[in-house]
Amino acid sequence: MSTAVEATHHDAHHDHKPSGIGRWLFTTNHKDIGSMYLWFSFIMFLTGGAMAMVIRAELFQPGLQLIEPQFFNQMTTVHGLIMVFGAVMPAFTGLANWMIPMMIGAPDMALPRMNNWSFWILPFAFIILLGSLFMEGGGPAFGWTFYAPLSTTYSSDSTALFVFSVHIMGISSIMGAINVIVTIMNMRAPGMNYMKMPLFVWTWLITAFLLIAVMPVLAGAVTMVLTDKYFGTSFFDAAGGGDPVMFQHIFWFFGHPEVYIMILPSFGIISAIIPAFTRKRLFGYSSMVYATAAIALLSFLVWAHHMFTTGMPVFAELFFMYCTMLIAVPTGVKVFNWVATMWKGSMTFETPMLFALAFVILFTIGGFSGLMLAITPVDFQYHDTYFVVAHFHYVLVSGAIFSIMAAAYYWLPKWTGHMYDSTLAKTHFWASVISVNVLFFPMHFAGLAGMPRRIPDYATQFADVNQITSIGGFAFGLSQLIFLWVVIKCVKGGEKADAKPWEGAEGLEWTVPSPAPYHTFEKPPKVD
Amino acid sequence: MKMKPLWALLAMLSLPASAENQLNLTKGVTEVSNRVYDLHMTIFYICCAIGVVVFGLMFISMIRHRKSKNPKPANFHENVKVEIAWTIIPLLILVGMAIPATTTLIAMEDTSEADVTIQVTGSQWKWHYKYFENDVEFFSRLATQQEQINNKFTKSENYLLEVDRPLVIPTDRKVRFLVTSDDVIHSWWVPDFAVKKDANPGFINETWTKVDEPGIYRGQCAELCGKDHGFMPVVVIAKEPAEYEKWITEIEAKQEAARQREQELLSMEMSKEELMDLGEKVYNSTCAACHQPNGQGVNGVFPALAGSGVAVDPEAKSKHIDIVVNGVSGTAMQAFGQQLSMQELAAVITYERNAWGNETGDLIQAADINKVMNQ
Repeated sequence: MSTAVEATHHDAHHDHKPSGIGRWLFTTNHKDIGSMYLWFSFIMFLTGGAMAMVIRAELFQPGLQLIEPQFFNQMTTVHGLIMVFGAVMPAFTGLANWMIPMMIGAPDMALPRMNNWSFWILPFAFIILLGSLFMEGGGPAFGWTFYAPLSTTYSSDSTALFVFSVHIMGISSIMGAINVIVTIMNMRAPGMNYMKMPLFVWTWLITAFLLIAVMPVLAGAVTMVLTDKYFGTSFFDAAGGGDPVMFQHIFWFFGHPEVYIMILPSFGIISAIIPAFTRKRLFGYSSMVYATAAIALLSFLVWAHHMFTTGMPVFAELFFMYCTMLIAVPTGVKVFNWVATMWKGSMTFETPMLFALAFVILFTIGGFSGLMLAITPVDFQYHDTYFVVAHFHYVLVSGAIFSIMAAAYYWLPKWTGHMYDSTLAKTHFWASVISVNVLFFPMHFAGLAGMPRRIPDYATQFADVNQITSIGGFAFGLSQLIFLWVVIKCVKGGEKADAKPWEGAEGLEWTVPSPAPYHTFEKPPKVD
Repeated sequence: MKMKPLWALLAMLSLPASAENQLNLTKGVTEVSNRVYDLHMTIFYICCAIGVVVFGLMFISMIRHRKSKNPKPANFHENVKVEIAWTIIPLLILVGMAIPATTTLIAMEDTSEADVTIQVTGSQWKWHYKYFENDVEFFSRLATQQEQINNKFTKSENYLLEVDRPLVIPTDRKVRFLVTSDDVIHSWWVPDFAVKKDANPGFINETWTKVDEPGIYRGQCAELCGKDHGFMPVVVIAKEPAEYEKWITEIEAKQEAARQREQELLSMEMSKEELMDLGEKVYNSTCAACHQPNGQGVNGVFPALAGSGVAVDPEAKSKHIDIVVNGVSGTAMQAFGQQLSMQELAAVITYERNAWGNETGDLIQAADINKVMNQ
């Protein structure tokens, strides 16, 4: 893959951008919007993290010390909503905005004005959600899964705000997804055919289809909650002919593809970073693409594994158990491909690589507990315990979030034009990787020993595990401030970064100067 | 930063040695729970084995294939045979896992031919048990004192896992549970039986157990059910069949006698002091979780009783009784008519109308309650 160097020089002269706040409010530039998404997601990450700190502080010892049970429930609920919809998803959209046009040789996203709008409605969604915490009766306290009828008949009036806020998040996600699909399908540089696209582009393309398929389902679910609560319908109320379990079917039909929405782009990131620092081509490119597609398709057939205890017929339990177990196959293929890529490579361990390797190991551990959870008879024991909490934090924190960190460390020189302080970055890595395990690993034990999730107080036999978990939690929370420090330092200055700061990196994004000019690829590059 | 695991270790050592540390799933006391445990361990070991291979190869690669040792990377990037192998082999392992899982699951879901049937009803935040073969039913509530939860008293051995009236079942008999709910979704869970079943309002789920050893088995509600989700434990006592028969006959007679006594009490008047004393007890165990011990409620969620609303309105006396007895549909206010005796209902309503400065002076008697109930 090579580019006409002339074109990039030409771009640099046209670097005029509006100044002041107007630049950010009215921008249609994919790089500006990408940056805003990334900063927004980091602010949300710290906000949701602060709530996790409140939770871990209350759970440090048995007994109620700091907060009331009702407030505890609000914290677990809003922590989940913010991390899913405010931290992880916008971070991936930010990365997509920054990188997809540069990776496929396009000048910008296909729908730049919609791009602006899909970002700018997000802060309002979260102001509404966070604002609801200050209402009389408190914010949403029914878990991020908002099971009816706890979220309908038995919820406080903040539910209306919650519903509105989720609607806005959904609209934002759908618009972002449309933009990604239209961009990838129409704006690839000549010669960039589908099977030449970087895996990050591929995984995002598939993710975008998942988003378009399931976000409307979520919108339907919250709307039914709203009408059940305020307009006398009985979708989820047996007294009026409805069924509370139907809520769970609808929610998880959204919810399971949603968890792949939060991990597929990670696969793309890791598939870019491991070859770069192994100085060897990715093993099994096409099988990676097929495995991603297979995971996406299977994600529509496994939703009820979240609901094995709701009382389904044996046939349904078996069907969902088998389908869920099947997901291990394409996921395994991915892990094996990464290991095969490393095999006989020539590895170095810069910060992005450290995060990528930690991702592979810790995500796989999360995959193992996922496989255990798939086995219906044993799931009856694990379900709704800390074992589940450990499982999804392994795949979402040391999985999705570690991959986002890896991506940031990989592309930060391209974004800022500076190399970051690598000692500080490695300190961030080691602090994170140690504390994340102190935080989440003991949760497996708590769950197996019988501690239910979402409880503000627990039996004394769980005291030790919870204390260790809380210590890990505070350490992990503090470690993320190092990341903020590294990024700010890198934005402000540092050693000048080359166009391609990593020896083994491949892709069109490394053919433009660092920092990437405001406009890139106004003339499409040629791809061999 | 590398000090953190050290702190954790220190913290672990400094904790009281008395706390029993269970780190794995319980084997439990039923055939099913033992099979579930075996399945859990099998899958765990399989995952460990795969982990050792995959992570082992990764670490070998990280050590031997680093730039300092292997400056020239190899060139390969696909191998159809290997790729087919690592698709087929995991598939076969999965089939191996699915077979025992399927047989166990089918055994677990067979609720037929039960010897004893008990209806389990969850409501915010207590369990109700009703025996089908005998005329016995009762509520089962958290027995841990509020002072222990608020760290004023030392925590007892079974902190948060103790109830006022445990469920009693016979050993060596197939006991079927019909699980349902009066309000939100709860989940009835006893780890030692490997039984966890959601209690869905308006629907009945079935599950069963057959306990091998007599003993006391403790569990908790496993589905977020609102404010006091963490405070609705399940305690089951399994007794030898003969002992169980003795217990159930005794409790049946006792409950029958209590019903008769209640009818007699209808004609008796209680004094204000008696009513207020009993009322305070009932209020604190039944009403205070929502309306708060000081009657202030929780803003926007649970209405205050002190100084406002039906509890101070002299005209609303019978409405007040009606709300407590029949509940308010579409809200968290339950119907307490079946949960409390008429005497208790009379006492708690009297208490609500006279405590916290409400001072309406109204005395409610069991007969007043009876009148509302028969309307």
